[in-house]
Amino acid sequence: MVPLNWYIGLSAVIFSLGIIGFLIRRNILIMLMSVELMLNAVNICLVACSHYLQDLRGQVLVVFIITVAAAEAAIGLAILVSLFRNKATVHTDALTEMKG
Amino acid sequence: MSTLFQELLKYIGAIYPEVIVVTVGLTVLIFDFFVDKERKAFLGWYSLAGIIIAAVATYKLMGTSGVFFGGAFLLDPFSTFFKFAFYAACGLGILVSINYLKIEDIHRGEYYALMLFATTGMMLMASAGDLITLYLGLELMALSIYILAGFMRSDNRSNEAAIKYLVLGAFSSGIMLYGMSLLYGLSGTTNLMGILAFLRGADLANPVLFLAMVMLVVSFGFKVGAVPFHMWVPDVYEGAPTSVTAFMSAGPKVAGFAVLLRVFLYALAPLHGQSTVIFSILAVLTMALGNIMALSQTNIKRMLAYSSIAHAGYALVGLASGGPDGAASVMLYVFIYAFMNMGAFGVVIMLRKAGARGEEITDYAGLGKTNKMAAFLMLIFMFSLTGIPPTAGFIGKFYIFKSAVEANLIWLAVAGVIFSSISAYFYLRVIMVMYMHDPKGEFKLATAPSLALALAISVAAVLYIGVLPADLLNFAKASIAGIM
Amino acid sequence: MINKAIFIYFAAVILLSAVLVITRKNPIHSVLFMLLLFFHIAGVFVVLNAEFLAAVQLIVYAGAILILYLFVVMLLNVETESKASRANRYWPWAAGFGLLVAAEIALLVARGTFPLDTAQPMRLGASGVKELGIVLYTRYLVPFEIASIILLVGLVGAVMLAKKRSSE
Repeated sequence: MVPLNWYIGLSAVIFSLGIIGFLIRRNILIMLMSVELMLNAVNICLVACSHYLQDLRGQVLVVFIITVAAAEAAIGLAILVSLFRNKATVHTDALTEMKG
Repeated sequence: MSTLFQELLKYIGAIYPEVIVVTVGLTVLIFDFFVDKERKAFLGWYSLAGIIIAAVATYKLMGTSGVFFGGAFLLDPFSTFFKFAFYAACGLGILVSINYLKIEDIHRGEYYALMLFATTGMMLMASAGDLITLYLGLELMALSIYILAGFMRSDNRSNEAAIKYLVLGAFSSGIMLYGMSLLYGLSGTTNLMGILAFLRGADLANPVLFLAMVMLVVSFGFKVGAVPFHMWVPDVYEGAPTSVTAFMSAGPKVAGFAVLLRVFLYALAPLHGQSTVIFSILAVLTMALGNIMALSQTNIKRMLAYSSIAHAGYALVGLASGGPDGAASVMLYVFIYAFMNMGAFGVVIMLRKAGARGEEITDYAGLGKTNKMAAFLMLIFMFSLTGIPPTAGFIGKFYIFKSAVEANLIWLAVAGVIFSSISAYFYLRVIMVMYMHDPKGEFKLATAPSLALALAISVAAVLYIGVLPADLLNFAKASIAGIM
Repeated sequence: MINKAIFIYFAAVILLSAVLVITRKNPIHSVLFMLLLFFHIAGVFVVLNAEFLAAVQLIVYAGAILILYLFVVMLLNVETESKASRANRYWPWAAGFGLLVAAEIALLVARGTFPLDTAQPMRLGASGVKELGIVLYTRYLVPFEIASIILLVGLVGAVMLAKKRSSE
């Protein structure tokens, strides 16, 4: 059997990659995808723990995380489309309407 | 079968205020089709009626408490206290919106529905007995408010506010979920009571436990706008429609503190020795940066954004103090904060007229001469935000700093007093501009009965709590007694 | 042994595609590597006896969310995107900070202990769709209902924000 630590380790590495991707990229679309990476890391951790604990709550939370991710993606991309119509860009450094 | 049905009825009996708010929200979406453009204010009044009915329902449930749905939903005095704060924030938010939406030319019923859904999310956050309920309540609130922030979709500033809020909000949710998943892996449960039971017998020096706690602090720090996780606050508050700014500076912030109290002073109470250090540092940073950055602002919405960061700092002082007294002082503080901030934004909204944004502090020049009433109300709210007696803001700060002194965090209380005296400079500057400067031209305020009602309620609450704080304080203390 | 080999395969592909997702210049490539990643995560779920979640992962994540991303990517001009720099101005600092956070997470997780480190196969039938359904409709009924409102909010928001301007 694969030890639980391997799964936790995998999830930690993907989570960290998600954070790094979020911090360094300037395309908002990729930033949102990095957040999806983070959520997937969480899902791996939850499902693995749920498996080793013989407990379904982890899986329940994963179902909800996927649901919320879907709604969040819909709203996020809608705002992005709206932004793109106004400014024709999806880069963070173009968001300069407000300063101070 | 019939026992199952009875069980279900019992559960619905505990959750029906939430059911009322959701139902009203859903019917607003339906009515939106039948109400024509000029009469959308009807939907606002209808939503307000729904909030009042839900408040009555919560009032009726006040004596009862219990654990429902296997621990996923808690009905206790703690959640009831916060639900009243949410009703106030939502009700006042609706009142300040009705006229503002007309001026901004927004004729969409979804606005009120989203506000009600956000309120439902907050209520569930306060009632959550399980990390899963907590997460979903939080997301319901957050997603609704992302949309509200971007409601003026042809306005660049509103777009930017929405996308910044969403991207950073999603990021902080990811961090929170990682903390939750680690906590689940350690304790084997998502139930707050179960986590508390686990921690009482656990090795508290486990690095993973520390990591999980830090993740939760970071994500809730984002939600309440604590430094160094505050970078979204000024831009989002400035860019969002002012009525939405008013709502989100009161509602989600109060909900964030409800969750912070429930998670860190109840479920993670055995870790308080570690978390109090983190919260003290966050509190000092938040108060310092919020107050110092507010000094140089020229836009009043941006100034109030930094001021709301600073106020999160004061509330964090109470959280760092911990214990029933610290928790009660935080509850008292955020309740008061919701009213005074709502009032201040109500005045800001009055200056928004067709053609003029009225967001610069210089736009307030001479308000004391041209419109005595509005200037006087602003004076009271600014006094309250500064913490000058006999307003409620003084009472809030007094109990926060008192709890810090009692918890032997005297340096924190001293820092709080110093920073709040700095804050006097930028709050009183608004008053000075209103009364000492000459008016720039004809002043015509955008007044409306709804707005006047909102301001009257806010100012009455601020003065009442300021003069007779005992009722609310005892209510907060009694509410916290159930969980600590 | 075979279990470990399977895990190593999945983990290797997941890690590789995660790195590619965050480093590719062309957003379409990122989305496609994301697809690869989702398939392999679904594989991990199957290994962990979460067949239902594996299906949900594929249907919702790969089938719905990713397609949504792909639609928006199509809006962008890939030509200009491939000329623009991929990282923001602060990326050396951000990357340094990110690596620091990553190291910290790795260190804390590696040094920590999980009390349940006894590898045992899940009870037969303990993770089926039926059990999941029962938990969802009893203990987690409230979150389940909220999830439906969240989806409604998503729907309302997406329609309201992305609809064509002409209707105003």
